[in-house]
Amino acid sequence: MDATGILNQAFVGLSRTVILFIVSSGMSLILGVLRIPNIAHGSLYMIGAFMAFTISRIFGGGELGFWMALIGAPLVVAIISLFAERSIFQYLYEREHLMLLLLTFAFSLIIGDLVKIIWGGDYKSVPVPQTFQGFVPLIGGLPFPIYNLFLLVCGPIIAILLWLLVNKTKIGKIARAAAVDREMVSAVGINVGWVFASVFVIGCLLAGLGGALVAPTVSVTLGMDHTLIMEAFLIVIMGGLGNIWGALLGALIFGLAQSMGILIWPQFGIIFPYAAVIIVLLFRPAGLLKATW
Amino acid sequence: MATGILSGKGRIWWIAALVVLCLVPLVLPRFYVYMLSIILLFGLLATSNDFPLGFGGIYQLHHAVFYGVGAYATAIVITKSGLSPWLAFLIGPIISAALGLVMGLICIRLSKLYFGMLQISLGSLVWAVVFRWYSFTGGDDGIHGIVVPDIISSYQGAYYFTLVVTGLSLYVMYRILKSPYGSVLQGIRDNPVRSAMIGVDVKRHQLLALIIAGFFAGIAGVLFVVVDNTVFPDMLFWTLSMETTIMCLLGGWLTFLGPMLGAAVLILVRTFVSTYTVYWGLALGIISGLVIFFMPNGVLGWLQDLFKHKTNLAEAKE
Repeated sequence: MDATGILNQAFVGLSRTVILFIVSSGMSLILGVLRIPNIAHGSLYMIGAFMAFTISRIFGGGELGFWMALIGAPLVVAIISLFAERSIFQYLYEREHLMLLLLTFAFSLIIGDLVKIIWGGDYKSVPVPQTFQGFVPLIGGLPFPIYNLFLLVCGPIIAILLWLLVNKTKIGKIARAAAVDREMVSAVGINVGWVFASVFVIGCLLAGLGGALVAPTVSVTLGMDHTLIMEAFLIVIMGGLGNIWGALLGALIFGLAQSMGILIWPQFGIIFPYAAVIIVLLFRPAGLLKATW
Repeated sequence: MATGILSGKGRIWWIAALVVLCLVPLVLPRFYVYMLSIILLFGLLATSNDFPLGFGGIYQLHHAVFYGVGAYATAIVITKSGLSPWLAFLIGPIISAALGLVMGLICIRLSKLYFGMLQISLGSLVWAVVFRWYSFTGGDDGIHGIVVPDIISSYQGAYYFTLVVTGLSLYVMYRILKSPYGSVLQGIRDNPVRSAMIGVDVKRHQLLALIIAGFFAGIAGVLFVVVDNTVFPDMLFWTLSMETTIMCLLGGWLTFLGPMLGAAVLILVRTFVSTYTVYWGLALGIISGLVIFFMPNGVLGWLQDLFKHKTNLAEAKE
């Protein structure tokens, strides 16, 4: 285990962090404002990845296909989630967490099988576009995929956009207010229903975007929702419910624990991120940063 | 709450049900007897999940980990040591209860969703260890061909063993819930703040509930080893915990027999659906979605409400 190896592994962990952050920030938004612990969030991520595969194939799989997939897949997920919010979730905001947790788990089972029906059980791969093919040498000469560099650029951009949305726009301000006191917000004459719907759709859109971004780096397959959703949930809890920066911090800890763990102890590498969550929650039971509720 | 299930007019039905359950292996073919054993042990698992969840108000979201650890402990003791399998059947649940204590001590400071999430995190850690520790747990293959004592190695023997152990376990759990301790636990569920105010040590009572739940989940794990002779890492995966929680909710998580009913329904539907299609998840998702949406208290809870409503109407008329 030398310095270049550690550095390389750290970069791998950082590119994983970006994906985890994008997905878990969407989840955190929904959990913080709407108080829905959405297990189906991982399924939306899976739909995003499969849609990216289909769209990229429609446009010939090249450069154009990639960019269209990056725009199209999250939009499809957003439309699905808008439909789900208007038809089902808007009636459930007052239900107990346990019910919502199991209901969204039921949705994740349904979506899982629908994806199996539509796309089949085979592995799918989405080609990396020409621009991002190949490797760049890192310090120490180890090759690092250009696509992962692209991911590293995407992460901060999305974090800043989200921050602007939550803190600087009217809808973000209303959503934050509604997270604290729903009744008061509707009492002053704001249509809370549509604010909630938009927050739900934006959160789900992020899940779809995460799926579309991750698609070229992994094999797109059934079951990719189940591993991710637990990770995203733990990140959200670790960071503090509803806190975007908490999600970023949590994703960073989780991603790095994952990549470094493999380096430290290959056989039991997968236990490190879980251990990290436990340590964090032991010392800060309500998460690292301030939760919205 | 289940009311008076072991007394009065109800008793005759219980004896009848027990007689039927005892006679079943004599008439039904092997597959159905096996399925009935699975229903019983999953019913026990779901009931033990409901013990802290429905009666203690604790978000026991990763219950399968105690089930899996109990089964693994039993399997490992049988295959790796020279101890008697009967002793292994005791060691499994004890280790599960110990795990319940350890995880409970770590999680109990948190409440509701945070508790559940920390439990899932710890459970995932245990799962990861089991999944990767090839030399000790068999890794992702699990352990197969576990030898159990001759008397319970046939499918009928395994069934009778499961029936007796499940029946006893359910009875013990029922007695615990009817005891002063059970009343305190339900008091904590209904109003933790008030319970603390009148001098109840809330955390200690909840911790005990977690240990009891872990113990009975371990027994369910032992029964699975007896019935199926295998263990595998999916027994500890969080999706199974979600399924047992759905069983509780489906049957009625505030009733004592609800989880057993939920387990029976779920496993019967699974077996039935699986013969026609591979899309079992779709069926489970739709069923549980409808139940949660329209009957948040489960089938048994719904029936109870209906019954109460009718008696109220009758009283109102008089």
